[in-house]
Amino acid sequence: MDFNLTLIGQSIAMIVFVWFCMKFIWPPLIDAIETRQKEIADGLAAAERGQNSLSDAQSQVDRIVAEARDRARGIVDQANTRANGIVEEARAEGVAARQREVDAGHAQIELDKSRARDELRNQVAAIAVAGAERVLAREIDASAHRDLLDQLASEL
Amino acid sequence: MEHEAAEEAAHAGWPHYESAGEYIEHHLQNLQVCRDHGEWVWNHCSGFMTLNVDSMFFAVVLGVVFLWLFGRAAKRATTGQPGKFQAFIELIIDFVDGSVKDGFSGKNKVIAPLSLTIFIWVVLMNTMDLIPVDWLPAAGSMMGISYMKVVPTTDINVTFGLSISVFLLTIYYSLKIKGPIGFLKELTLNPIAPPTKGLGLLAAPFIIAFNFILEGVALIARPVSHSLRLFGNMFAGELIFILIALVGIWQLPLHFAWAVFHILVVTLQAFVFMMLTIVYLNGAHATEH
Repeated sequence: MDFNLTLIGQSIAMIVFVWFCMKFIWPPLIDAIETRQKEIADGLAAAERGQNSLSDAQSQVDRIVAEARDRARGIVDQANTRANGIVEEARAEGVAARQREVDAGHAQIELDKSRARDELRNQVAAIAVAGAERVLAREIDASAHRDLLDQLASEL
Repeated sequence: MEHEAAEEAAHAGWPHYESAGEYIEHHLQNLQVCRDHGEWVWNHCSGFMTLNVDSMFFAVVLGVVFLWLFGRAAKRATTGQPGKFQAFIELIIDFVDGSVKDGFSGKNKVIAPLSLTIFIWVVLMNTMDLIPVDWLPAAGSMMGISYMKVVPTTDINVTFGLSISVFLLTIYYSLKIKGPIGFLKELTLNPIAPPTKGLGLLAAPFIIAFNFILEGVALIARPVSHSLRLFGNMFAGELIFILIALVGIWQLPLHFAWAVFHILVVTLQAFVFMMLTIVYLNGAHATEH
């Protein structure tokens, strides 16, 4: 239980051990721990940032989709309007064309009618002349009474 | 002298004890060496120029074990995902670092490694107490080593060696941080502030002397209580292990129970020793008393 040289030996051993620990053990270990702590903190911050930018992107996507939907609806409306316009136009054109056809038909009919009437009149005139010729026989010279007969024919 | 050493070497073998008293005494005796008239003398030494070979041996071996374990972790330390061993070492480092940050307000690169060394080293030295008391001494006896105390912290030289080193560091940092004048002021102007004017000036020298004695005793008492706390706990624990080893077959459950309890003492005393080191060194760095 007496104090002896061990006291000094122990002190020297302790100084050596502490020096060694301070030089070679503590710095790399505490560096590793602190670097890792920093890395983890950075990673968490990055994750947070990623989360935020993800939600930002999500809202942006929502906005773009809504915009696109609006635009698409506009385009569809416009197309519908246009289609209706085209149909109306076509219908109007059709109606006009029918009218033109009908008018042309009417005109043709009128033309044919007047032509037929003229022909008929001429034939009637001819028949009348023939009849008259037969009635009058040789007493009436066709050529001498031509103007008279024409006048008669035009009065039919 | 050489003759006696040879005689003791001749007794190498399974240890034999005449009585319980001799058994206990034998277990509390260090293996000592000293030089007497130019010759190495074993176990018949007295005076300061004696070395407790067993204490020094186990202390240095355990210190090297500490440095080896932590040095291995330090060499392979990665900042990425740590292995189990590195994680365990880092757990201890983090614990010590936390204790230092809690207890030490100044800035000093020495304190944390010092605390780690003290903590782990003292834990390892205390842990030697859990090895059954006769194993290593009996093995030593077979090899002709007549005395062996395997727990360095039951040697008062070891605990004082630690606490005096810490004490000298405290003095060194006190002088370095506060300067000799500041340190002297701290020792003399507390706890009673001497009057600075009037008739009180006559009483000032007495008050300063009183303060100096009070603070001086408090200062000197620190390393004493610091080391005696550790030594007392470990010595008492060791003594109880020795007493338990005397009771025959019933020592098995008793030894187990005391060892389980002693695990607490081993770590707690090491922790207390480290915390006191931090607190004392913090006091040396604190500029205000």
